Amino acid sequence: MLRRLHHEQPASFAFTPANLAWAQAQIQKYPEGRQASAVIPLLFRAQEQEGWLPKPAIEEIARMLGMAYIRVLEVATFYFMFQLSPVGSVAHIQICGTTPCMLRGSEELLELCQRRINAEPHHPSADGKLSWEEVECLGACANAPMAQIGKDYYEDLSAETLSRIIDELSAGRVPQPGSQIGRYASEPAGGVTSLAQWVEGRNAHNASVDLALTIGDTVKRIDGTEVPLRAPWLRTPQQDEVPAIPVEDVQAVTPPDGETGEVPTPDDQQHTARPAGVRQPLADGSTVAPEPKGDSLGMKGDHGQAGPTATGAEISEARLVPEQMPPTLTAPEGAADDLTRIQGLGADLAAKLNDLGIWHYGQIASWGPGEVAWVNSRLGDDRGAVDRHNWIEQARSLANEGGRAWQSAKTPAP
Amino acid sequence: MLEDKDRIFTNIYGMHDRSLAGAQARGHWDGTKDILAKGRDWIINEMKASGLRGRGGAGFPTGLKWSFMPKESDGRPAYLVVNADESEPGTCKDREIMRHDPHTLVEGCLIASFAMGAHAAYIYIRGEYIREKESLQRAVDEAYDAGLIGRNACGSGWDFDLYVHHGAGAYICGEETALLESLEGKKGMPRMKPPFPAGAGLYGCPTTVNNVESIAVAPTILRRGASWFSSFGRPNNSGTKLFAISGHVNRPCVVEEAMSIPFVELIDKHCGGIRGGWDNLKAVIPGGSSVPNIKADLMKDAIMDFDWLREQKSGLGTAAVIVMDQSTDMIKAIWRLAKFYKHESCGQCTPCREGTGWMMRVMERLVKGEAEVEEIDMLLDVTKQVEGHTICALGDAAAWPIQGLIRNFRDEIEDRIKAQRSGRLTTALAAE
Repeated sequence: MLRRLHHEQPASFAFTPANLAWAQAQIQKYPEGRQASAVIPLLFRAQEQEGWLPKPAIEEIARMLGMAYIRVLEVATFYFMFQLSPVGSVAHIQICGTTPCMLRGSEELLELCQRRINAEPHHPSADGKLSWEEVECLGACANAPMAQIGKDYYEDLSAETLSRIIDELSAGRVPQPGSQIGRYASEPAGGVTSLAQWVEGRNAHNASVDLALTIGDTVKRIDGTEVPLRAPWLRTPQQDEVPAIPVEDVQAVTPPDGETGEVPTPDDQQHTARPAGVRQPLADGSTVAPEPKGDSLGMKGDHGQAGPTATGAEISEARLVPEQMPPTLTAPEGAADDLTRIQGLGADLAAKLNDLGIWHYGQIASWGPGEVAWVNSRLGDDRGAVDRHNWIEQARSLANEGGRAWQSAKTPAP
Repeated sequence: MLEDKDRIFTNIYGMHDRSLAGAQARGHWDGTKDILAKGRDWIINEMKASGLRGRGGAGFPTGLKWSFMPKESDGRPAYLVVNADESEPGTCKDREIMRHDPHTLVEGCLIASFAMGAHAAYIYIRGEYIREKESLQRAVDEAYDAGLIGRNACGSGWDFDLYVHHGAGAYICGEETALLESLEGKKGMPRMKPPFPAGAGLYGCPTTVNNVESIAVAPTILRRGASWFSSFGRPNNSGTKLFAISGHVNRPCVVEEAMSIPFVELIDKHCGGIRGGWDNLKAVIPGGSSVPNIKADLMKDAIMDFDWLREQKSGLGTAAVIVMDQSTDMIKAIWRLAKFYKHESCGQCTPCREGTGWMMRVMERLVKGEAEVEEIDMLLDVTKQVEGHTICALGDAAAWPIQGLIRNFRDEIEDRIKAQRSGRLTTALAAE
């Protein structure tokens, strides 16, 4: 789905003082140098403050976190909760349309929104107060159909109740969230079938409704003063963590335009998602990455050149070592083990392994990197399944459980 | 039927006191220090002995997963990350834990982190669960205030910090490595494995990612004993489980029951039966949107556990039971799931990015019957080309519901195509 920034953008963005304090506390949840982890919570708070996510907010958060603008823009466009264009001034109504809600009538709710708000999603109503969209499963399927409005879930909806909710919102009132047919939470309608002892004298509302009514911020623009700031993790500074870098310091190391000048920090290089080799942190904090052997995907080993592997690099090196034929059998010794008990090993793969002469957990448990490479290269489209699902560990555990013990007799390479 | 005294989530509807005092009154946080004093190995062995299989969908043994963490640190910290990105259509159980019985999870985080040598844990909750996040954070704050977590947690000598982190609406972040990417502040795109998270996960450090329910049941298992937990359900499927039943039952609900409960008993006892009676049942998706559907006649004998459902070419998944009666347009119901997967594909792997859109568009035409009969096999073929050819399991998850539909309801698809065609022919003849 194409998601672009809105064509009209405000000139600037600033967190309110209370939101800024909140944001600074969030950043300190993550270890030193990892403040990028806070990007989603900060972007979302900016959206809660503004109603939608304008470009200056994305830029400001990039500055606060010392991230390149493009990295934050990527996040803002990737995650669907970020509204990249203005929504209704009072509320944005998100109707869950996925199958469990569809089975119980969400299509009627969508038609109602088209009729009463705007024929098109993401476009405000004529009076500018409301907008709507269809979203994917919101995870309240036992209370379907449902919608999220602001911070809250409105559950067990019908076209009539949603219509009434729209009336109320348009008139400036916030209807009570939660079930609209009088259920307490997700218990069976009409009465519980378990845990009956708490029904008498129960709280007035379930936890979600209770918070909504206590704080009263269902569709409010959040400025950070709604609830007192609590950050108990600040009380226990850890050895491996230091307080986050003050905003001013971060700004100093961020390129002024913030637009194109991505400067990868040593940290970025150390922790890219798919490293060429496993890094081994040294005492001085620097890292060494072993030169990858074989092609860049690591799919095929470079049989001739694989040298001694770096310490700690066993996992990613597994595919790069020369193939070594594992001990195989022409027939199972006694009853064959049920190899499909290994996660990620289906009946097709079990048949393939049997063809290769592998019948027992113990055989799999005895494989080293060379044997894994040998097996992988004979699995066709499923190559890599051995490591992907950690067969060896699983087989070890199954073998210990009572599969037959296997003497690991090294056979010479063919 | 499971009795209340054997339920782990004794406040799943939130009717009792939801605060720390209430949780303690119901037996949580009781003797946590003593459990920790028994040591890492004891905890992991007890979890293995309990037979608990991960509650996030894949059913991998939890104790075994914990044991993959390095025993000795090489200088890098270890992390527990709790997957609270509950987004699988049909699934709404973790939500109830986090808003109504959050102390089960907080206590579980401490024990699990201790067992894997982690001084810090992150709970990654889906962005839409805003009130659930607030409820959970309250519980965390209470636990800090009472000294149950934080420095010298529970007086055990173990320092432990627990952080609640949230996402922003991406189903893919429920995949463990995508979740780690997201937690590091990036797009949620799954990583290649290996390295596995236990070797290099969050920030390149040893990490275990567990579902909320798997962690939240741990303290009670350790308090009451592995044999108590494994006394429920069939062998290899032990324990109690939160079931979320949605769709065409009279009273949809979330309820904790024993594993291996017969489907009929689950529905009759807790959901007031199928809408319109048992003869009106058409099909059931027994474990969340990713597992293939099962037809009514088979479901009437169904045993709700991992092994039985897998034998029927489906799965227990997250135990999110989506019930469909005779009024359901099966093709449309599965088309809507195809649309979901198209929307949620992260776009990293070509077979999934292109395949999910392709499958959705063919399904769209099948819903209307505007297709040729041969296209059913072509669609099946495409699902096979997506399945197993992607970095993560989203491609598989997108393919399986469609394969299930074709397996069970091919006649319905063909009938619709024929009806549409005869309609077309009649119109064509009338026009002449």
